[in-house]
Amino acid sequence: MEGLIALMIGVMTTAGVFLTLRGRTFPVVLGLTLLAYAVNVFLFAMGRLQTGAPAVIREGVTQYADPLPQALVLTAIVIAFGMTAFLIVLALKARSEMGNDHVDGTHQPIDEISKKQSYHSKH
Amino acid sequence: MQYLIEIVSPHLPILPLLLPLVAGMVVLLVANKGITWQRTISLVATLSLFVMAVASFTFSLEGSIQIYALGNWQAPFGIVMVLDQLSALMLVLVALLAVTALWFAIRQNIDSQGAHFHPLFQVQLFGLNGAFLTGDLFNLFVFFEVLLLASYGLLLHGGGRHKTKAGLHYVVLNLIGSTLFLFAVGTLYGILGTLNIADMGQRITQLAIEDQGVVAVAGLMLLLVFGLKAAMFPLYLWLPHAYSHTTAPVAALFAIMTKVGLYAIIRVHGTLFGEQAGELAGIHTPWVLGLGLITLIMAAMGALAAKFLRQQIAYLVLASVATLLIASALPGVESLAALLFYLIHSTFIAAGFFLLAYFILQGRGQKTDQLVRAYSMPNAILIGSFFVFAAVAISGLPPLSGFFGKLLILSSALEHPLFFGILAVVLISGLLMIIALAKSGSQIFYHILKKEADHSIRHCNTHDGTCQLSLAGIGSVVILFSISVWLVVFAHPTHKTLNSVAQQTLDRTQYQQQVLNFTPIANSRKELVE
Repeated sequence: MEGLIALMIGVMTTAGVFLTLRGRTFPVVLGLTLLAYAVNVFLFAMGRLQTGAPAVIREGVTQYADPLPQALVLTAIVIAFGMTAFLIVLALKARSEMGNDHVDGTHQPIDEISKKQSYHSKH
Repeated sequence: MQYLIEIVSPHLPILPLLLPLVAGMVVLLVANKGITWQRTISLVATLSLFVMAVASFTFSLEGSIQIYALGNWQAPFGIVMVLDQLSALMLVLVALLAVTALWFAIRQNIDSQGAHFHPLFQVQLFGLNGAFLTGDLFNLFVFFEVLLLASYGLLLHGGGRHKTKAGLHYVVLNLIGSTLFLFAVGTLYGILGTLNIADMGQRITQLAIEDQGVVAVAGLMLLLVFGLKAAMFPLYLWLPHAYSHTTAPVAALFAIMTKVGLYAIIRVHGTLFGEQAGELAGIHTPWVLGLGLITLIMAAMGALAAKFLRQQIAYLVLASVATLLIASALPGVESLAALLFYLIHSTFIAAGFFLLAYFILQGRGQKTDQLVRAYSMPNAILIGSFFVFAAVAISGLPPLSGFFGKLLILSSALEHPLFFGILAVVLISGLLMIIALAKSGSQIFYHILKKEADHSIRHCNTHDGTCQLSLAGIGSVVILFSISVWLVVFAHPTHKTLNSVAQQTLDRTQYQQQVLNFTPIANSRKELVE
């Protein structure tokens, strides 16, 4: 099972890195989301993978799962959620201000209104 | 008074966190009462934070490390806040910088250019204080995220194309850095079984051979993350663009942000990979030294090539943090004390320089702060004198504190095998920075065009041809620059204090003992419950 999880984390990280290196903002957002998936599964796996072991104290159970990585994953998910929301709005703002969705914001505007705006505005 | 001190002092590690957090919330609640309410609450909170920080520093100088166990859980099971001399010193720096930047923002009406400047500012202070006070690695991650999120908001405050362009790169890079941080923390937890920094330092000494490689990888990944924050080559490329396009008080506050990365390297890598780590001792030092040297050269060249003044100051900030990285890679108490001296100097001078650049920007009308010839700006002699002061200080010329800082760092590197390389790089980059500043100073103040009123400057009285520059907030610049003078005049007492700070920081066994042997408050009300 560890091999499968490791392979999955690797594939998600690869896809995430590939997408993050793209030149448009939306693939970058998706890439960061995939990286967040990968790191969350990685953190969870740091508690050692076992089936059927509870994380909360219960009667008659001797084998517990490590609850701390699960708490770390929850924290990481919540933080990533807030950051992703912010990033999406920032990407929209960049699209509306630059007229294109390139990450560098240096390309030519692609629609008529933005072309007029950028022609009239100074650097 | 004594009673008050007795009540407050056990809680000193947590108060610098609670105060800005609560202040930020209160400011948000009174947001629709107008900007004056927000300004008052924010200013009062920041001033109290400064008083608290100075009190914490004087307290911590008495020798013991103050621990605060959150939730009364003993370390390493609970999260601890650790107030030692280094943390307290950083708290003082943050608080003083915050007061001056906030005063400038209020006086120049920059805080009303967009919504919610003050809540973002207070949350930023909360994140910064938390990062300096925590003793737990995942808690450090959380506080990094808090301070980063507030910094995104502050960077983009006021709007505009350039801020958005700079902000997008800054945000994406820091999100990637956060992911790397989580990978590194996860690996360290998986191998060492703990998140407490002191406990990790202890467990690394008892590490099995087969786990050492993984821990080394995780440590270097952590160095990548802190290096992204501390703008180490090749991870510094976000800094010039971000710092040069944001508003002046935000840029001034960001002068301490790179120092957070540096502090994290000193604290985390210093504790985990210090001398007692055996095989893994100092695995980060060659990297920090080499990349710091390269960063310094790149920063000096960037300062020469800068097209406008704020970009040049951003590269000078990069150069100062590169010098600090070099100093952090040198072993010994002497080099850490030198690092702290240069850190105090560079933080305040860079912040003051950013605020000064705002005045220059206002005064030069259409040409703003571009390094081209323009008409003479109003109050040119006053602003020009400040510029000369800042240039002398930041490039490390005598008689100001930059010279003493660099001298201390270089003299602590005398025993290092690479001393001549370090000396060459530091001095040559210093020369390049002097040339760059001389060039920009003469462009702005000497090589001016024919003397006639430039009608594109604000506050220009066109009837009799005189122009006025609003000097509101110049007090902040004066305070920040006077720190440099203070560092020179009181160099010996300051150096002695910093020596004791450095000694306590490098005393890893005392840190570990104090953190891990801290007993939580005994439950005295247990009898009542039962």
